[in-house]
Amino acid sequence: MNNSVRNTARLIAAGLRALLVLTVVCGVVYPLVVTGVAQAAFPGKANGSEVSSHGKVVGSSLLGQRYDKGKDKHGNPIPDLKFFQPRPSAGLGSNKTNGVNTQYDLQVSGASNLGATNTDLVKAVQERKKWVSETYDVPESKVPADAVTSSGSGLDPDISPEYAQLQTGRVAKENHLPANTVEKLVKDHTDGRLLGFMGEPRVNVLELNVALKDLVQSGGRG
Amino acid sequence: MSPVLAGVLQLIALTAALALAYRPLGDYMAAVYSSPKHLRIEKVIYRCIGANADTQMRWPAYLRGVLAFSVVGVLFLYLLQRVQGGLPLSLGFASISPDQAFNTAASFVANTNWQSYSGEQAMGHVVQTAGLAVQNFVSAATGMAVAIALVRGFARSRTGDLGNFWADLVRGTVRVLVPIAVIGAIVLVACGAIQNFSGIHGVGQFMGGSQQTNGGAVASQEVIKELGTNGGGYFNANSAHPFENPNAFTNLFEIFLILVIPFALTRTFGKLVGNVKQGYAILATMGIIWLGFTALMMWTEFAHGGPALQAAGAAMEGKETRFGVGSSAIFSVATTLTSTGAVDSFHSSFTAFGGGIQLLGMMLGEIAPGGVGSGLYGMLVMAIIAVFLAGLMVGRTPEYLGKKIGTREIKLAACYILITPTLVLGFTAASMVLPDALGSMLNTKALGAGSHGFSEVLYAFTSGANNNGSAFGGLNANTPWYNTTIGLAMLLGRFLPMVFVLALAGSLAEQKPIPETAGTLRTEKPLFAGLLVGTILIITGLTYFPALALGPLAEGLS
Repeated sequence: MNNSVRNTARLIAAGLRALLVLTVVCGVVYPLVVTGVAQAAFPGKANGSEVSSHGKVVGSSLLGQRYDKGKDKHGNPIPDLKFFQPRPSAGLGSNKTNGVNTQYDLQVSGASNLGATNTDLVKAVQERKKWVSETYDVPESKVPADAVTSSGSGLDPDISPEYAQLQTGRVAKENHLPANTVEKLVKDHTDGRLLGFMGEPRVNVLELNVALKDLVQSGGRG
Repeated sequence: MSPVLAGVLQLIALTAALALAYRPLGDYMAAVYSSPKHLRIEKVIYRCIGANADTQMRWPAYLRGVLAFSVVGVLFLYLLQRVQGGLPLSLGFASISPDQAFNTAASFVANTNWQSYSGEQAMGHVVQTAGLAVQNFVSAATGMAVAIALVRGFARSRTGDLGNFWADLVRGTVRVLVPIAVIGAIVLVACGAIQNFSGIHGVGQFMGGSQQTNGGAVASQEVIKELGTNGGGYFNANSAHPFENPNAFTNLFEIFLILVIPFALTRTFGKLVGNVKQGYAILATMGIIWLGFTALMMWTEFAHGGPALQAAGAAMEGKETRFGVGSSAIFSVATTLTSTGAVDSFHSSFTAFGGGIQLLGMMLGEIAPGGVGSGLYGMLVMAIIAVFLAGLMVGRTPEYLGKKIGTREIKLAACYILITPTLVLGFTAASMVLPDALGSMLNTKALGAGSHGFSEVLYAFTSGANNNGSAFGGLNANTPWYNTTIGLAMLLGRFLPMVFVLALAGSLAEQKPIPETAGTLRTEKPLFAGLLVGTILIITGLTYFPALALGPLAEGLS
């Protein structure tokens, strides 16, 4: 009995020493080496791909954000239609009560997790479709799926080229720009599939809005 | 190019990349686990451990090593979370509550990475990099060690010796996982994944003002999370978060990392038992199931059944624009057919049948190709069942790889395949009669009277007991009931099977080989691969069909 207790203790001690030495290798040396290489070779990317406009950081090109002009009396944000709008964001970060829209809150990434048969999701999709259709004056059948669904991260930086093109008319009008100038701007900011087949075509909303702002400030001469 | 064609091309490119890596990596791992030489750094590590890496262990000693190392791992990770509030670099996060700390410790040591916490809201630098990421390496290396021990059981005769656990653990970590992880992490950073220690800081916003955002050692953790089939994300959104998975290339690269070791281990197996064709038969079985499931998933996701997805026009709820439907479908199958559980799109919002495919993938026991190590040993146990069934049909004593499959071997294999169904169905049934447990379900307002809510609970225990870690995220699993029961399911679902696998390995290694005769079932032939696929599907189907009928099937057909 005494012997087996002693053997067990010896084994546990060996296990602990193994864990500690492997923690040094995998938990200290490894991340520090990777960080060192990353910071030396790709500092911009390793630190979050920040985008600047006129010398000021305006966000990360990888993270979506909202483009609002204040909030209504219920506390819901009012989209600023001068700018291109991102996908709906209904991520339910697990530390917030279910039902709170995270509104591109960078520290609460996550999805709605609503199922394909969920009646709340059906209603939300229909309401968003109606909003897009009325705001941008297009038939509901022309509204693409990404415009009425929320993304996985709740921080999707992109929209589909279809959703971006559909917004051009209204954006041009709000900014007093010719429609075809804005259409061209969207086209210039449309990225195809990587190597022609990976992923889906997309438009980065932040980069598009930065370019739009520059265009407006230069009086539409781009 | 249509999205469907792009999806198919991505699948082809992925398959080609896996095929290219198969032989070199498989042969390399065979050499790693059979080399008599130790690297200098390994000798230093053995000296720290105080173990003689050249001693051979019989199965009980090997198992004691696995268990001792894992018990220490759970306790260490538990304590690290419990004292987080007092640690430096904790970013101001408080200590984790006892039930959640237990759940998370069990989860990462059991290679599950179920997360009842939200990364960016709970875990500081020390817990993430020195706690969670370390278990990502060593739990994977433990799984590989156990698989190699079983392979040695087949390869060796008239001995009980299965190798040395400490040597296998250290070699798997130092020679296989760390080198690939370093390269992979740098590739991810080059594509935009972040890697810094800037903590929580403000970042300016387009409309003015700034928002708080988390920095961290993300790329280094992301790569081992996929490579070790772990799955625990740095952020709550896991691999859907752009800082973890910035573009369509990294998405395919991460899927590649998930699958590369589990597939290549079949080559290692073939090498070590002295007949690579035996490895090809196992590879074919895994490959058929993987491709079949991926094709079905793409079909159901592109068809986007279900009223919400029909209204939207495509299955884009919970999916990222840069990945789209095709790439997300490939990822979700890879993650549920292995023990990974990382997600680039949210499984709860897939079509009902898509959710059923994810569930079924885990229910197969995650063997196609399965977790690192656990996939191979799980598949070899199934192969033993298959030769037993074939033996019954022709009335011969079954044998596999020159070893007799007798009463003892079949009993151990049967115990192995009974563990996870018992845990999954038992805990799911218990949750259905507990009011508090039912209150955690999100999707109770679904058509089909709550079948999606039932799927959430079934998914949680299937994911836990099979060491997957993905979730139908609507379920609020951070309650004492779920933290405790899922924690138990993860530990029992990981370590009880290992007990039976190692006992099986010991019993096989003691046998003397039986010579091949004209009556021997040729287990390297396509016929056997077909029989194995059938055995897997029938056993899983018989076990889980009633539960699947109540969940995804009821929802999909309503």
